[in-house]
Amino acid sequence: MFNSSLRQLGAVLRAKKISSVELTQLYLDRIARLNPALNAYITLDQEKSLAQARAADERLANGDATDLTGIPIAQKDIFCARGWLTTCGSKMLHNFVSPYDAHVISQFNDAGAVNLGKTNMDEFAMGSSNETSYYGAVKNPWDESRVPGGSSGGTAAAVAARLCAAATGTDTGGSIRQPAALCGISGLKPTYGVVSRYGMIAFASSLDQAGPMGRSAEDLALLLNTMAGFDERDSTSLQRDREDYARDLAQPLDGLRIGLPREFFAEGLSSDVAQAVEAAIAEYKKLGATVVEVSLPNSGLSVPVYYVLAPAEASSNLSRFDGVRYGHRAPDYGDLADMYEKSRAQGFGAEVKRRIMIGTYVLSHGYYDAYYLQAQKIRRLIAQDFTDAFRQCDVIMGPTSPSTAFKLGEKSDDPVQMYLSDIYTIAVNLAGLPGMSIPCGFGADNMPVGLQIIGNYFGEARMLNAAHQYQLATDWHSRTPQGCKETT
Amino acid sequence: MTWEIVIGLEVHAQLSTNSKIFCGASTAFGAEPNTQADAVSLALPGVLPVLNRGAVERAIKFGLATGAHIAPRSVFARKNYFYPDLPKGYQISQFDLPVVGNGALAIHVPASGKQAAYEKTVRITRAHLEEDAGKSLHEDFHGMTGIDLNRAGTPLLEIVSEPDMRSAAEAVAYAKTLHTLVRWIGICDGNMQEGSFRCDANVSVRHPGGELGTRREIKNLNSFRFLEQAINYEAQWQINTLENGDAIHQATVLFDPDSGETRMMRSKEEAHDYRYFPDPDLLPLDIAPQWIEEVRATLPELPQAKQARYVGELSLSAYDAGMLTASREMADFFETVLAAVPKDAKLCANWIIGELNAQLNRDGLDMAQCPITPQQLADILKRITDSTISNAGAKEVFRTMWDAMLKRGEFNSIIISAPSPQISASGSSNLTDVDAIIEARGLKQVSDSGAIEKIVDEIISANADKVAEYRSGKDKLFGFFVGLAMKASKGKANPAQLNDILKRKLNG
Amino acid sequence: MSPSNTDVRKVARLARLAMSETEIESARAQLSGIFNLIAEMQAVDTTGIEPMSHAQDVSQRLREDKVTETNQREAFQAIAPQTEAGLYLVPQVIE
Repeated sequence: MFNSSLRQLGAVLRAKKISSVELTQLYLDRIARLNPALNAYITLDQEKSLAQARAADERLANGDATDLTGIPIAQKDIFCARGWLTTCGSKMLHNFVSPYDAHVISQFNDAGAVNLGKTNMDEFAMGSSNETSYYGAVKNPWDESRVPGGSSGGTAAAVAARLCAAATGTDTGGSIRQPAALCGISGLKPTYGVVSRYGMIAFASSLDQAGPMGRSAEDLALLLNTMAGFDERDSTSLQRDREDYARDLAQPLDGLRIGLPREFFAEGLSSDVAQAVEAAIAEYKKLGATVVEVSLPNSGLSVPVYYVLAPAEASSNLSRFDGVRYGHRAPDYGDLADMYEKSRAQGFGAEVKRRIMIGTYVLSHGYYDAYYLQAQKIRRLIAQDFTDAFRQCDVIMGPTSPSTAFKLGEKSDDPVQMYLSDIYTIAVNLAGLPGMSIPCGFGADNMPVGLQIIGNYFGEARMLNAAHQYQLATDWHSRTPQGCKETT
Repeated sequence: MTWEIVIGLEVHAQLSTNSKIFCGASTAFGAEPNTQADAVSLALPGVLPVLNRGAVERAIKFGLATGAHIAPRSVFARKNYFYPDLPKGYQISQFDLPVVGNGALAIHVPASGKQAAYEKTVRITRAHLEEDAGKSLHEDFHGMTGIDLNRAGTPLLEIVSEPDMRSAAEAVAYAKTLHTLVRWIGICDGNMQEGSFRCDANVSVRHPGGELGTRREIKNLNSFRFLEQAINYEAQWQINTLENGDAIHQATVLFDPDSGETRMMRSKEEAHDYRYFPDPDLLPLDIAPQWIEEVRATLPELPQAKQARYVGELSLSAYDAGMLTASREMADFFETVLAAVPKDAKLCANWIIGELNAQLNRDGLDMAQCPITPQQLADILKRITDSTISNAGAKEVFRTMWDAMLKRGEFNSIIISAPSPQISASGSSNLTDVDAIIEARGLKQVSDSGAIEKIVDEIISANADKVAEYRSGKDKLFGFFVGLAMKASKGKANPAQLNDILKRKLNG
Repeated sequence: MSPSNTDVRKVARLARLAMSETEIESARAQLSGIFNLIAEMQAVDTTGIEPMSHAQDVSQRLREDKVTETNQREAFQAIAPQTEAGLYLVPQVIE
């Protein structure tokens, strides 16, 4: 059951071979056994999950079930969910029970999916290892001494360990793709504007995008069908016709033109990752694809540009956390300024403070043009590189992360090294393009390697097709971590 | 040594939309605290702004009314600072690219002392859209301040002038003209007590022709009187400071109406660094030429155009034209009355500027609360022009009607609530109230020439000696005969008719 | 460019983050490292390039001027640190 695809689960639920309550209970029991070691979830609420499962069973009985009705999924703790503690991985929101639902949450509720719980994450989605969470680090199910990646590390670990059928993530600079790669699962960051950001706690508004994380491209397509769509409450939500992201899954790959950016295979890429990615490209050639070398000349600047723009937006987005209307307020304080400064100093962790400081600095008087404006101009150059590259190819492929999962604590004292682990994913957010990561083998110490697939704007269906065809031909995506193999 | 005062004004006009600028919460004034503070107003984690079309439309109207440039693309920016009435920790405003730029406002500065009245044009640098903050209530909650966020997110148009004003009188004239204009075009209710129209004054002093001095900004002036007092105090303070050999430092100050003085704001002592940057949640605002034209079509005739028309087409004096365009309500009232008695513009103007204004002042009402309708006034004026009543009689009708309507408390309802079947049968249903009052008060003039002739004949025969004196050349006695005849008719004789008949008979 | 402790102190104050002198010193060291990373950007010639604020070149969508929200004060204030008489309480604000 824990290795079934979403389609298979939907079929057994509709065939009444198992009820949603039974399925949900199986997952809750498995979470109770395996989660204490992994720390993938911040909040669980059996009563709420089972109540949703009972409602789903009614819908199944009434015959008005959707693809996802009754299927237990997990939500990254960045999404506000009514009645659920929503912490965003921060002490600042340790007591924040959301009074409203994010658009993504409403979409899943409307579809009748069951929410198993809120998954762990880097604090305010700032991190690449899940070590910045106030609620403790998440362990990589493939090796508990290693990080699962971040910021959607809890979701990645939960999916890899089969602690949910699928889950949501968010991606500002690689936060879906990098943990997906490090945990050996599939994850997709859609084109900016495809999934509403309403109710998703903002990190860097012009880069943040929610997306699905699961065990296969086919599962991602089903999830994205539910998550995507216009929402009038988000000014950056795009008004487009609904599309079925699964429509092209079965298409053969003959004639698919794959662009390989030479900058993604240069210095800094570990050889085990390079090998696995090259093997995947070879497999694609066998499936009928052609390969062309492309260039993204400014992609090397994406890390510096990102570490100006994202902290700048974040410094402003996080100003609302002031201890006045919700969230943490310091127990002891003097005047108003003291209340602000203590509440924020206590509520935010080191990495969040660091980014607020960077952002405040680059926006402050005298530095704006040299940093912020310059970064925005280079952002355009980076986006233009992709436009040029897509004249020669349909999708771009390369590594998701320069290395496999690193050890817990290995990079936590060196922010610059940590930031460089997002070197292949960040440019995609800056350009607003869709990007995904799928498992493509194993590197040193038998840790998973991710293949990144970057599409043109609104190219999700094509990317999912390319990923699905690869997953039909390979079995990397169905490998399970050793300690998580027990099934029922 | 002479000093010149230099003043620029920043006016915050709350736009009269139903909902807030970036969310669907109500903007109604006076609700219980925080009952109109929705998730977006409270800046809950994850919420996002969506711009209100009504706010943009009002900004376009303002731009059109001041001959300004409407930006085809403008940008919203975040102004970052911490304050408890600012829930997001930033205010969404416009910085580099405001929606309206380069307008102008012609003002009339009234005579004062030896200074004659004069006209002047004040340039408007820009007008931009932004959100209002909430309110801090300083009543003592165990030494704490209470925050009400109902007002947070109310749309504001911040209208920034060039430093073109040279006296408090000019600043007040500009503020009043602007106040009239925003109400005229229906973008702001102008209620200064409720804070719908607030002025900040940038004041500096210099020697005429010299460099601009360092300015100090007086915040939140919510009456024209305070604006005038604050500027005068501040300018004198700056002059005294400079004459003492001290320097002026840029600062933000508050005006204390009780002491009549300005003082530094403690919360603004530390230099601000607002870290403006384009709001990533809001895309650029594009305004198509077609939208501007649609808005232009809804724009009412503006005060200055009306004044010119009243003088040119209706032959009213400039003074009358100015009075009649003091507010949109006043002008609309005038034009509605005029439509019913189209040949008597001067009569309409006199009645509105004179009798009606006097009554409004007496009862402390503004034009919008005027108890009698333009139709009712027109009915009265018609009865003057058709000689049914005299001017004095008309005033009595007017006051009677006014008091009756006020007493009812439901203005404009006499006609509707008390239709008279006889009147509607006669085909002039609008004349119910006026005619009823004329009837009830016995104000109808005697215009029956037979009846007047009879009175005149009686007077002539009873005063043969005076008639002889008159006929021998003592013209002044004519008034004596008029008086007698009026008295005999109990004041109801049509004066013009009486004159004619009396003249004919005395001379004949 | 490397920020000084004074810069860091000023930025911490702007961001309303209480910081001890030790924290300021370590923040300065880390920020210096990050600013070295960022400095790479400075060499790029961006003459004539339009800054890119948004991932897509689309314009603002507008909503109709309608009241859609109802009073939810009770639910919203249930999660507030301190309220009284419907107001959020904060240490005295001095203007």
